[in-house]
Amino acid sequence: MVLNDEDVRNIARLARLQIDEADIPLYTTELSRVFDLVEQLDEVNIRDIIPMAHPADAVQRLRTDEVTEQNQREKFQKLAPMAESGLYLVPKVIE
Amino acid sequence: MQWETVIGLEIHVRLSTRSKIFSGASTAYGTEPNTQACAVDLGLPGVLPVANEAVFRKAVKFGLGIHAEISKRSVFDRKNYFYPDLPKGYQISQLYLPIVGRGKLEISLNNGEESKIIGITRAHLEEDAGKSLHEEFRSMSGIDLNRAGTPLLEIVSEPDMRSAEEASAYMRAIHTLVRYLEISDGNMQEGSFRCDANVSVRPKGQVQFGTRTEIKNLNSFRFMERAINHEVGRQIDILENGSEVIQETRLYDSDKDETRSMRSKEDANDYRYFPDPDLLPVIIDDDYIEAVRHTMPELPNEKRRRFMQELGLSRYDATMLTGSKEMAKYYEEVLAETRQARLSANWVIVELISALNREKLDISQSPIDAKRLGGIIKRIADNTISGKIAKQIFEQMLTSKEDADSIIEAKGLRQITDTGALESMVDNILAGNPKQVEQYRAGQKKVLGYFVGQVMKASQGKADPQQVNRILRARLEN
Repeated sequence: MVLNDEDVRNIARLARLQIDEADIPLYTTELSRVFDLVEQLDEVNIRDIIPMAHPADAVQRLRTDEVTEQNQREKFQKLAPMAESGLYLVPKVIE
Repeated sequence: MQWETVIGLEIHVRLSTRSKIFSGASTAYGTEPNTQACAVDLGLPGVLPVANEAVFRKAVKFGLGIHAEISKRSVFDRKNYFYPDLPKGYQISQLYLPIVGRGKLEISLNNGEESKIIGITRAHLEEDAGKSLHEEFRSMSGIDLNRAGTPLLEIVSEPDMRSAEEASAYMRAIHTLVRYLEISDGNMQEGSFRCDANVSVRPKGQVQFGTRTEIKNLNSFRFMERAINHEVGRQIDILENGSEVIQETRLYDSDKDETRSMRSKEDANDYRYFPDPDLLPVIIDDDYIEAVRHTMPELPNEKRRRFMQELGLSRYDATMLTGSKEMAKYYEEVLAETRQARLSANWVIVELISALNREKLDISQSPIDAKRLGGIIKRIADNTISGKIAKQIFEQMLTSKEDADSIIEAKGLRQITDTGALESMVDNILAGNPKQVEQYRAGQKKVLGYFVGQVMKASQGKADPQQVNRILRARLEN
């Protein structure tokens, strides 16, 4: 599979990555090669194989429905760039 | 041209658990911002989600309630998008192997006169996002993550609805069902029950669907109907003008009664789902499903059918009385008291519900409890009081705590059944109205109603109207 420059820009935008215009040809080539590698898997016959959701052959253990966490807001909000009235503040986003 | 509307709904139901779907933080509503957002909910590095057993039990209960296939193996996926109230940058959801598969639900239309089966494609578990507050902080948005990680069951219907009324009936039926099952409080003001509608129109008879739009966040039954009707009108206008409907997400503005386009980025729907490596597949065995089955209450549709078949109620009455869990419970309590199915149904629907509507009260806030209402009905059934007197007692009960028997005794409202006393009342009335007696005998039979009214008045409503009728006829026709 060959990606073009627009694909690379789109992938970068979805991942919120800022990339240099000048580097795009390089990413395009390298990402296309990664795809080629993955595409080799298409040659394997997987008709009778159940899709794997997790590499560990184990089952999710479930928790009892109990409140076990205490309020640690002060501690957490010290990590945030901005907080006011108990809210985390971020640049305005309205959709 | 004749147009046909096609609607499918996605309903988000907040499951009523104590703790979140993947963390031990509390889900209580309306607390101080960010006091219930723990390290897992904040998406801090190095934390691991651990799934809450109760959400599976509730989801399975829902699945059984819509006669759906329950997935014995279900998997969580990451839905990737960036928004400040989604701290991890992805929402944990289920795309490929949802917990509840295909099911169906019968809905009632036209006050229960008609019904229709609506297909349900799937129902999956996911976590809710936090809340963004845009108003208070000038150029900033405030983020409250208390809601982040609250368990949701998203119920996706087939595009089986053909009008806003059907969509609203389906939404109500799901609401009633989750309340019966006690898996959600269904509180719409608090966002526990939210709905998105996919709406399209097509020329009547065309098999292919038209281009649809999605209307977001319809959080009341009334707004949903209005939003859909508005959107259908908008799409028909576009098509009749020779243009095309654009597939997009629209937001309903209840103040202006219109939908408007949300400024969505073109890549908004590229969520790049993949299985969440932090969570293993969840395996549910038959024993688990059977154990949940044992906790199933009688479902609303089953109850309605039983009310019709075993109690002989009309479809309308049975539909009204099973419309909510609380209503059904109230009626069944009255019934246990009176053993009078139809009379009780009539009193609950006609007298009680209109009194509650007048006072804008819910059945659970009724000033007259089931036992006291049953007390009135019992006295009608055993002929102690007439229906008319019963209504007086009912009115008095609305503002007092007394029971029917003590009001009857205190006010002497017992029906006059002594034939002799009634006969002399009838004689008095006839003697006082010779002209009307002549009219009756000359063939004007409807004068009888006048006499009955006069006797009832003389008895202060305490005479049995049927008995009065009999005595009057006997007197007038001999």
